[in-house]
Amino acid sequence: MTAAVFFGCTFIAFGPAIALFLFTIARDPLRVIFLIAGAFFWLVSLLLSSLVWFITVQISNRDSAAQQKGLLIFGVVLSVLLQEIFRFGYYKLLKKANEGLLALSQEETMPISIRQLAYVSGLGFGFMSGAFSVVNILADSVGPGTIGIHGDSQHYFLSSAFMTMAIILLHMFWGVVFFDACEKQRWWALAAVVLSHLLVSCLTFQNPEYVGSLVPTYVIMFLMGVWAFCCAGGSLRNLKLCLTCKDKDFLLANHRPR
Amino acid sequence: MIIFHFRFSEQGNPALFFISCFFISLSCWLYHRCACYQPEGLTLFCNSVEQKIYVELNNMVPCVRLLNATHQIGCQSSISGDVGVIHVLESEANLEWVLSTGPNPPYMVILESALFTRSIMMKLKNGTGRVAGAAVVVSKTNPAEGFSPHTKCPNENTGVYSESYDPTMAHCNVTVWNPLGNGLSYEEFDFPIFSLNDDNDTEAIRQCYLGYNLGVNGSTPEYPLCAMQLFSHMHAVTDTATCMRRNDINFSINPEMVCDPLGDYNVWGSTKPLNNTAKGHKEGESMVIAATRLDSRSFFWDVAPGAESAVSGFVTLLAAAHALHNVTQEAHPPRTILYTFFQGEAFDYIGSSRMVYEMDHKQFAIDLDNVHSVVEIGQVGLRSSSELWVHSDPVSRRNNSINVSSLIDTLKSAAMNLNVTMSVPSFSQPLPPSSFQRFLRARPIPGVVIADHQSAFSNRYYESIYDKAANLNLTYPANLTEDEQLEFVTETANALADLATVVARALYKQAGGADAQLINIKAEPKIVTQMLYGFLVRSNNTWFQALVPPEFKNFLKPTPPDYYVGVSQTPSHARTPTRLVQYLLANLTGTTINITKENCHSQKENEQDTESKHLYSYVWVQGVASPNSTERQGFCVRSSVRLSKAVSPAFDLLQEYSSKDYSTWTESRWKFIKARIFLVASHDLEMLTLGVGVGILLSSLLLTYIISSKADILFSSGREPANATY
Repeated sequence: MTAAVFFGCTFIAFGPAIALFLFTIARDPLRVIFLIAGAFFWLVSLLLSSLVWFITVQISNRDSAAQQKGLLIFGVVLSVLLQEIFRFGYYKLLKKANEGLLALSQEETMPISIRQLAYVSGLGFGFMSGAFSVVNILADSVGPGTIGIHGDSQHYFLSSAFMTMAIILLHMFWGVVFFDACEKQRWWALAAVVLSHLLVSCLTFQNPEYVGSLVPTYVIMFLMGVWAFCCAGGSLRNLKLCLTCKDKDFLLANHRPR
Repeated sequence: MIIFHFRFSEQGNPALFFISCFFISLSCWLYHRCACYQPEGLTLFCNSVEQKIYVELNNMVPCVRLLNATHQIGCQSSISGDVGVIHVLESEANLEWVLSTGPNPPYMVILESALFTRSIMMKLKNGTGRVAGAAVVVSKTNPAEGFSPHTKCPNENTGVYSESYDPTMAHCNVTVWNPLGNGLSYEEFDFPIFSLNDDNDTEAIRQCYLGYNLGVNGSTPEYPLCAMQLFSHMHAVTDTATCMRRNDINFSINPEMVCDPLGDYNVWGSTKPLNNTAKGHKEGESMVIAATRLDSRSFFWDVAPGAESAVSGFVTLLAAAHALHNVTQEAHPPRTILYTFFQGEAFDYIGSSRMVYEMDHKQFAIDLDNVHSVVEIGQVGLRSSSELWVHSDPVSRRNNSINVSSLIDTLKSAAMNLNVTMSVPSFSQPLPPSSFQRFLRARPIPGVVIADHQSAFSNRYYESIYDKAANLNLTYPANLTEDEQLEFVTETANALADLATVVARALYKQAGGADAQLINIKAEPKIVTQMLYGFLVRSNNTWFQALVPPEFKNFLKPTPPDYYVGVSQTPSHARTPTRLVQYLLANLTGTTINITKENCHSQKENEQDTESKHLYSYVWVQGVASPNSTERQGFCVRSSVRLSKAVSPAFDLLQEYSSKDYSTWTESRWKFIKARIFLVASHDLEMLTLGVGVGILLSSLLLTYIISSKADILFSSGREPANATY
């Protein structure tokens, strides 16, 4: 029966990501390539931070609880900073690659815009970090046991899955905002991305008070989502138009030949 | 490069999708592997989720599956382990909860050892579907009413008393030897049964049960519930013929074995060296065989303390052999005394049937014509008053050509002047289960079995986990150190030493020795008490350490050895009791010789020596450390003590896996034995999780479809195509 928990948690954690992948990425091979490359960049950042972690744990004092806790916080901060550095590196690489693509392609315009790249790479980051944060838990959710023999909350699996979903979506939003900030050279926006990333990561120290970590995370996610929506060219007007189905005129007015 | 990718992917769009999925899942898998198989020390960080869910129980002993020619016995779980909600059984009436009324089947039943009875176990066995398994809490004190999971008539079908020998005595018709036997060891259970030997484990289970599985004020308990999972999946099924056939099927390079024959090694030694290279009849030799058994068993796999059923007998024989050592060196009697310690006797006489077969087929140092008579020491540790019973075979006694009565007279006279009385049970009573029966099966040889019981066993814990030191009343005064306990001469040791003296004198007389020498034969209570301590309390003691080879010292444990016969191995991997008895017998009956360690290992006394190895065997023992150093002074012991294979002839010699004459017991193989407790979530919570998951998946599919179809509008600011446009 615990296969139910496994599939339930998988769907919660990866449902939105899978839907986005299917409808917006899978159809375009170039996007798939950039998604995987983004995931790869995230992996490299994890590799680096785990190397540092491995070394520091070896040289630290295992018996001191305070030191171990400090080490954990250090590891989280380091990992977040490394992830953001790699995001920036990936941005630089994509800029170069895009020029190359433009030179090679027969068309006049770029085959993929920097905004699309921002979204795709953000989702790539999200996929990988989501997978890594939840795969161990999913493996154990198959059962037969559930969390709690030592008095932990029973909702561990469920809240982990929701946390992962938030992380994946956040990575996507961060990617969009980050690339946009780089394009427009708005360094405060970059700082905001890094700080919110740090904040979300540090919120997980609230666990096992799952409400204490999940609710702020979802608030941040919502805010970042709105910001990313704006960065991607969305606006309240567009949303209204979209919701009221007045898109026909709009389409005619803004129609671009393809 | 990019172009190539581009073209390739334009045609292979779905392929790329799968490749990406594969990549992601591969890296996840790798991560999981790496995270969980890191070197020790980091395991603390990696498996924390599993640690939050499961409490591993490490000191549980399973009941495993054994097979013979016709049956399988023992227990097994399903391949992925059996899970059940824990229920601590309070009384037999409480079974109703498990078998019918309890709302959350299947149940994992925790039994106090007082409830581990045939009636309860059979009810559980027939209540399958609602019973996932059972765990028995082994109590520290032995049940007063006695407990034996063995059959009432041990080794019923492979002894001498068959329909063809004497129908009136077959199947324990005259005497039921083990009336307390409930036969549980010979039942087949299709759920796992484990024993809980560790107080911490028991306490963990009890806490979990009390915390989660007791409803408030007797109401039905609510989820989450405490559950237990037991893994003991057995590979072999049906019977020995089937599993041995499957052993021979080689589909792969590494053939997968499913079962192994039970067996180990017999230990034998003689008062005069015998040429072991020349097999078959020894001209002019006449041997008195002094036999006993080395093994025991219990319901559970490797807990077979066998204090009364095995240790009392072989300790007596070892002490007798020691007592005879000096006398036989000075005045060797006309006949030779052969000491034999048989392994695997609990499983249809594996060791004795093998040795008799080898004697019969000229594969042993002597043959059956060399055998003059047999004196077997059975269970002798529990004699009330000073009486011991000399059992003999009524059929041989009726046959005047077999001189049983003179053997009995020899024993009786040897017991004179000592505080042991040898009595003879009624003449119609057959032999108790004994190795000697296998000799009688081959040919009518005079022989007796010495035991502490007149008819039924005085051992009330025959072949059970309770047949331990306490059963022999082996108690030491408090506040003794280990070494003081080793030297402390207990009542039991005195009694067994007296008996050993009687046996030694009887053997000497039976071997034709002069009566004048008898007074010099005396077993030492100190040796006996040291052996009892080593075999029943703590094998890792200073005395045993001094008598074993250096490479064997790691097998000595702070606990007594386990006397289950196990599966057959090479001589260097023989079971611990076998090798301990081998080294003890070598030290007690051999001589120290001054040769180098290398020569000792290569079984020769000097560089040119090629003959000694036929007569003697050499063991390099570690000896004791001199008082002012830690270096042990090793030395070489020369003796006539050897190991001989104790694997039923049905396997390696005859390959008759459905033999009715020889033991056909095999032990199934298994992958792992594991037990753990954890909580199980309610069905509702699980379904809720799945429902939420499916809901989120569907709604995000829908939402993404709408957004992506309207992306043009949503994300157009008029300048640039948006991020999800099509």
